[in-house]
Amino acid sequence: MTERMGFGMRSGVNGSAEAEAPADPPLPADARIDLARERADSQVDEVLDALDTELVGLVPVKTRIREIAALLLVDRARARFGIDSGRPNLHMCFTGSPGTGKTTVAVRLAELLHRLGYIRKGHLVSVTRDDLVGQYVGHTAPKTKEVLKRAMGGVLFIDEAYYLYRAENERDYGQEAIEILLQVMENQRDDLVVVLAGYKDRMDSFFSSNPGMSSRIAHHIDFPDYTGEELEAIGRLMLAREGYALAPETEPVFHDYLERRRARPRFANARSVRNAIERARLRHANRLIAEGGRVGRAELTILQPDDFLASRVFTEKAAPPG
Amino acid sequence: MRITQGTFSYLPDLTDEEIAAQISYALGRGWPCSVEFTDDPHPRNSYWEMWGLPMFDLKDPAGVLYEINECRKAYPNHYIRLNAYDAGYGRQTTALSFIVQRPPSEPGFRIDRQETSDRRVRVSLHAYATDRPEGDRYGS
Amino acid sequence: MSGNGSTGGRWSAGVIPYAEMGYWRPDYQPKDSDILAAFRITPQPGVPPEEAGAAVAGESSTATWTVVWTDRLTSYENYQGKCYRVEPVPGKEGEFIAYIAYDLDLFEEGSIANLTSSIIGNVFGFKALRALRLEDMRIPPHYVKTFQGPAHGIVMEREYLGKYGRPLLGATVKPKLGLSARNYGRVVYEALRGGLDFTKDDENINSQPFMRWRDRFLYCMEGVNKAQAATGEVKGHYLNVTAGTMEDMYERAEFAKELGSVIVMIDLTIGYTAIQSMAKWARANGVILHLHRAGHSTYTRQKTHGVSFRVIAKWMRLAGVDHIHAGTVVGKLEGDPNSVAGFYDTLRQDKIAADPVKGLYFDQEWASLPGVMPVASGGIHAGQMHQLLHHLGEDVILQFGGGTIGHPMGIAAGATANRVALEAMIKARNEGRDFLAEGPDILRAAARHSRELDVALSTWGDITFTYESTDTPDVAPTPVSV
Repeated sequence: MTERMGFGMRSGVNGSAEAEAPADPPLPADARIDLARERADSQVDEVLDALDTELVGLVPVKTRIREIAALLLVDRARARFGIDSGRPNLHMCFTGSPGTGKTTVAVRLAELLHRLGYIRKGHLVSVTRDDLVGQYVGHTAPKTKEVLKRAMGGVLFIDEAYYLYRAENERDYGQEAIEILLQVMENQRDDLVVVLAGYKDRMDSFFSSNPGMSSRIAHHIDFPDYTGEELEAIGRLMLAREGYALAPETEPVFHDYLERRRARPRFANARSVRNAIERARLRHANRLIAEGGRVGRAELTILQPDDFLASRVFTEKAAPPG
Repeated sequence: MRITQGTFSYLPDLTDEEIAAQISYALGRGWPCSVEFTDDPHPRNSYWEMWGLPMFDLKDPAGVLYEINECRKAYPNHYIRLNAYDAGYGRQTTALSFIVQRPPSEPGFRIDRQETSDRRVRVSLHAYATDRPEGDRYGS
Repeated sequence: MSGNGSTGGRWSAGVIPYAEMGYWRPDYQPKDSDILAAFRITPQPGVPPEEAGAAVAGESSTATWTVVWTDRLTSYENYQGKCYRVEPVPGKEGEFIAYIAYDLDLFEEGSIANLTSSIIGNVFGFKALRALRLEDMRIPPHYVKTFQGPAHGIVMEREYLGKYGRPLLGATVKPKLGLSARNYGRVVYEALRGGLDFTKDDENINSQPFMRWRDRFLYCMEGVNKAQAATGEVKGHYLNVTAGTMEDMYERAEFAKELGSVIVMIDLTIGYTAIQSMAKWARANGVILHLHRAGHSTYTRQKTHGVSFRVIAKWMRLAGVDHIHAGTVVGKLEGDPNSVAGFYDTLRQDKIAADPVKGLYFDQEWASLPGVMPVASGGIHAGQMHQLLHHLGEDVILQFGGGTIGHPMGIAAGATANRVALEAMIKARNEGRDFLAEGPDILRAAARHSRELDVALSTWGDITFTYESTDTPDVAPTPVSV
């Protein structure tokens, strides 16, 4: 909070407001803290477990999040001995292709930071350039501030953050938004955590043109593309959640489908898998209605090879590699 | 003198932490907050200038406090108040309103009395502050 | 229809039990537009409760003691009050609650006088009953909408005064009688500049030889204006315009308005029609209307006979007052906490659900009629601030007469003590503290920066008025076992 002199007190009222109740005195130097207990009390494991079950793969990402959780837990323990290590900077950058789980991780991150007492509310406000940058002079500052104020107490997630900066137009209003962001990221670390997200190469060039931004980001976390096996696992997880299963003869078709889809342009990892499943659901339903007759639980839940084979990825020529 | 408008005027001026606690109370009830400032504190001056629009959908007091501090920077010698508004059916009015900044010295008011017939006196309240042009009051 | 069997007898001259005349209708389903009443009846020995209920329905609507042939010239079934339910009162031998429905057509639009002449007209002296009490009424929106309602209401009053987020504070000038106008105005000035929002004439301050009304108005308004200049806040003094005739009241109210008073006051004793007239005047002239419920205890206090205050509260909301005294729970005057909560709900909310614990017999819908600001007055002091806020909430005027004027450091200090205590309590409540439990601590902490409050707490800290209430709901909340 900002430092400010109080204004004059009413006459007849002497003295200042009572001193704040003193914080708990620091523990004696020979005290012991049970870290396992601290960890259980903070309930961070629930969040970390959720991250594990929700997201396939992403081992480096999960490791980094665990490390951050550990740092904050240890910081809390240190603070109880009166060791002031300063508030860690937790502004981050998530780089990776679309559909690699950046938003999901951000949601969990917000929850985690809230449980560890780093942020007060734990909500995620997700925005893009259009939410921050205005159309005319004087429009951008209030828009950006509005978003920042909404995000305070939580995490501000700026997707494709590099669109804020347009090298070709130095009078672009995006620059104004960046400046306000920088100011708040620097001065109000207590109030919010900013996560910038986007493709790695573009993020890198964004940082090289905005060194101020780069220096305020403490954690760069890369979200790798999923392997074929991981994509299949993701697909199965999604199907199970929605009450569908693959017929044994559909398994190789699904595998083949994902391989072909990966080779095509605009492949978006988990998001493409989700879309593939949505389309398969449509074909499945359409097929059942067309066939008519009576159906049981099995027909209603099991996807047949045809439900995937009708996809364009099988009919069109695969895009040339590269 | 000390103008005693608003929900809290007889307590020591609230610290930023205390102000944040009041904002939390308002936000917790879904009341948008707004910041207003003036250099004409006449009790019938209903419309202080708006420091931006009311802030809707905030989760945390830091956003409101941010605007209070921006307003303090821009108008260090004005009165600034924080309002919280309840749009609930049947209320639809201000639910909390208190001063978060006062000028270093508050000159107060003069009573102008106009003698009329039958011992009646017409009274008007004159804010000394308004002797100076708007924007130039309180020595700013 | 059950009445059919007895219709044949209606025109044979003589006396027929009310129940057989169609006033007892256990099968009747009240219409949404019916006005409903709950009466507590104590029949004379030997009179069956249904007959007693029917008699009340009859006597408060169409019937007379005998059969008249002119009944047959009317569609009497529409006009008959219908007793549709009679229930024994648990634990009270010989007492029953009779529920009666009245058709909307029985009443003139927008007239409390007409409504009350019917409902509590002849029937209260009826010999077949030992005692009779009107416990509650359901006023349907159809009838509500024919009344002006409060001249301004709670929301408009707050905007008019620019005071939000806390109860308002007031004090009645004491001693009640004998002060000269100039001395009287001094009390007003001191109390208002010290931090109160309002001061108040007492109910019997009208225009007596020791102080005529016009002099009082002039000096009080001088005090009000000076206090406004000293604080930069809008202040008011309830100038009591109660007088012997409407003409006098209008004259006094006009003068108050001319002097710039934001509020005038009337007593309940002026009568319902005069109250409605003053409410109309208050709305037309932009002046808040305060009602002192002088005399109400003569008929509201006893549990078996009279009219419950919750009914008076409903009538006064319809009649259009902005303020009404409605009990303190913790002060010196009658007021069981649950009943008082029922009165406050009735005055302030728009839709109120029936709640036997609060003594509310019916759902009541006010159809956006503005709320009335309840006033808590009588034997309360700053040391009770946590209890007052807990029981009475935020939209209320807390009046500390003795608790302001009797302060050892003077009237202004007494006012400041009350205001400091109030603001400290509101601040603590908003910070999420358990202000009821921590109340005394919160007050002591606030007194550390306010000598006025410190002295008030050491003067009155321990005074309480704990007598058993006479008017309590029949249903007590069951304690939850822990």
